Amino acid sequence: MFPFFLRPFNTNLAILPLHIMAFTPEDVQRLAKLARIELGPEQVDATLGHLDNIFGMIAELRQIDTRDIMPMAHACDVGQRLREDKVSDGSLEQRDRCLKLAPESEAGLYLVPKVIE
Amino acid sequence: MIHASLRELASALETKQVSSLELTELFLGRIAQHNSTINAFITIDEEKSRAAAKAADATRAAGNAGPLTGVPIAHKDIFCQDGWRTTCGSRMLENFIAPYNATVVERCNQAGLVSLGKLNMDEFAMGSSNETSYYGPVRNPWDTGRVPGGSSGGSAAAVAARLAPAVTGTDTGGSIRQPAALCGLTGLKPSYGTVSRWGMIAFASSLDQAGPMAHSAEDCGLLLNAFAGFDAKDSTSLERETDDYTRSLEQPLKGLRIGLPKEFFNADGDAATMAAIDAALAEYRKLGAETVEVSLPSIGQSVAAYYVIAPAEASSNLSRFDGVRYGYRAPEYSDLNDMYAKSRAQGFGDEVKRRILIGTYVLSHGYYDAYYLQAQRLRRLIANDFDEAFKHCDVIASPTTPGTAFKFGEKSGDPVQMYLSDIYTIGVNLAGIPALSHPCGEINGLPVGMQLIGPYFSEHRLLNATHQYQQATDWHRRTPALFA
Repeated sequence: MFPFFLRPFNTNLAILPLHIMAFTPEDVQRLAKLARIELGPEQVDATLGHLDNIFGMIAELRQIDTRDIMPMAHACDVGQRLREDKVSDGSLEQRDRCLKLAPESEAGLYLVPKVIE
Repeated sequence: MIHASLRELASALETKQVSSLELTELFLGRIAQHNSTINAFITIDEEKSRAAAKAADATRAAGNAGPLTGVPIAHKDIFCQDGWRTTCGSRMLENFIAPYNATVVERCNQAGLVSLGKLNMDEFAMGSSNETSYYGPVRNPWDTGRVPGGSSGGSAAAVAARLAPAVTGTDTGGSIRQPAALCGLTGLKPSYGTVSRWGMIAFASSLDQAGPMAHSAEDCGLLLNAFAGFDAKDSTSLERETDDYTRSLEQPLKGLRIGLPKEFFNADGDAATMAAIDAALAEYRKLGAETVEVSLPSIGQSVAAYYVIAPAEASSNLSRFDGVRYGYRAPEYSDLNDMYAKSRAQGFGDEVKRRILIGTYVLSHGYYDAYYLQAQRLRRLIANDFDEAFKHCDVIASPTTPGTAFKFGEKSGDPVQMYLSDIYTIGVNLAGIPALSHPCGEINGLPVGMQLIGPYFSEHRLLNATHQYQQATDWHRRTPALFA
């Protein structure tokens, strides 16, 4: 079901030093860009300190030997339940209720800023 | 009436001592009087509540009442409730009117329970103190200078202050049990998959589970009966026969084996908290239980594993808030990407942004194996520890929290200190097993909570043990002086 979990443990990563490095402002900006969250310079500084502390706490887990332990993605090991591929909750009325929640919509469509000039 | 149990309220309704409308007016009046002091409710809609109460009275008059028809409750503002503003404690959803009911809400409505309103919470359930809510912090009814716990802090404060007889909450790393402990309530996190997550705004999908919060174990069982059970709309809902969570309440405790993990019962624990736990264990022994030492060798890694897994899932779940389909959109932006980045910067608070960034990092190329997969391997070791421990005992006991309710600002400047206070509760979510917190003492006028943990599907046993304890003690009946 999750074939990528079956990959053997990557021992190269296991022997990386505990703290690879402290976060730099550029690291934080790169993460913020990936996460689509704008951060000003002051927020970058504050975030950087917090992330260093949090990863200082998290780093301990990298020292534990977990070879041969199967990753646990979910609380109970049951397979994914499937259903027939058919519309179960759609209606024009419900569509319109949902569209009303959008900041901008028109003719049954969501509106976003122009992407292609 | 404000101190009555759910069974007593149901019986008063049944014998026509009171109508649902009268009960609903009583609690709406308490909310109007006291909510400004504790800020437990984000949204109140008295007309909707009255209409539901009248409908419940009509159902009863027609002879179609169920066990809880007409009893008022309130929902954490994480549950979509059709026609009600549903904010999840965030500016992002300040104007979001839910277009459908969460399964939990739908089933409570079906059972004739009357909703009194939507309860305050940490933003997107991320927090242990309710200080991250966009709608202001909730105050602890036992001491309004202190936090009620989180993330279900509004839920806990509302019941403690007698603004609602029972409520719903959700628990991803302790968000039912910790506020229950800090406000002197009984709160149950069921086995993962027991309660439908459909319509419950997602934080960490492999850990999130809804449950009841009330004064007693009996009330928790009655409320859980109303909303638990298989739901085809939630792909992680477990297909099992409907359970009656009150079925074992009266069972004597003779022979119950309570496991005490040596990792939790050592010199590191807070002395006053451990003394309250020891006194509760003595009471359990008097009731016929015995205690045995067990071990959870990997439990020390649970906070680290959790703060990789939960933010990873959160960063993925919260990507849906992009200012396009619902929620906040920034007023000014230059292009589509700028609209996303500014909407999310302005719509999310600091703690939510922090967790999204942590999640983005641990899932990013080059760090996935070292952090995310490693955390999932530790998760299995922690779950295996519980399996092994339950070969030697029926339930496991521990404190719920390292201390009583703390003051505002005491931990909010240091996320790591805040995270570490979840040490007793987090392992349970990683393993998926049920656990509850019940009041077991007071320190300087503040409640202390004891946690009972059981193997998968042992909710009825946890409620049984707690019910028997609550027949012999009165910690769960105490009321904060301001709200008596």
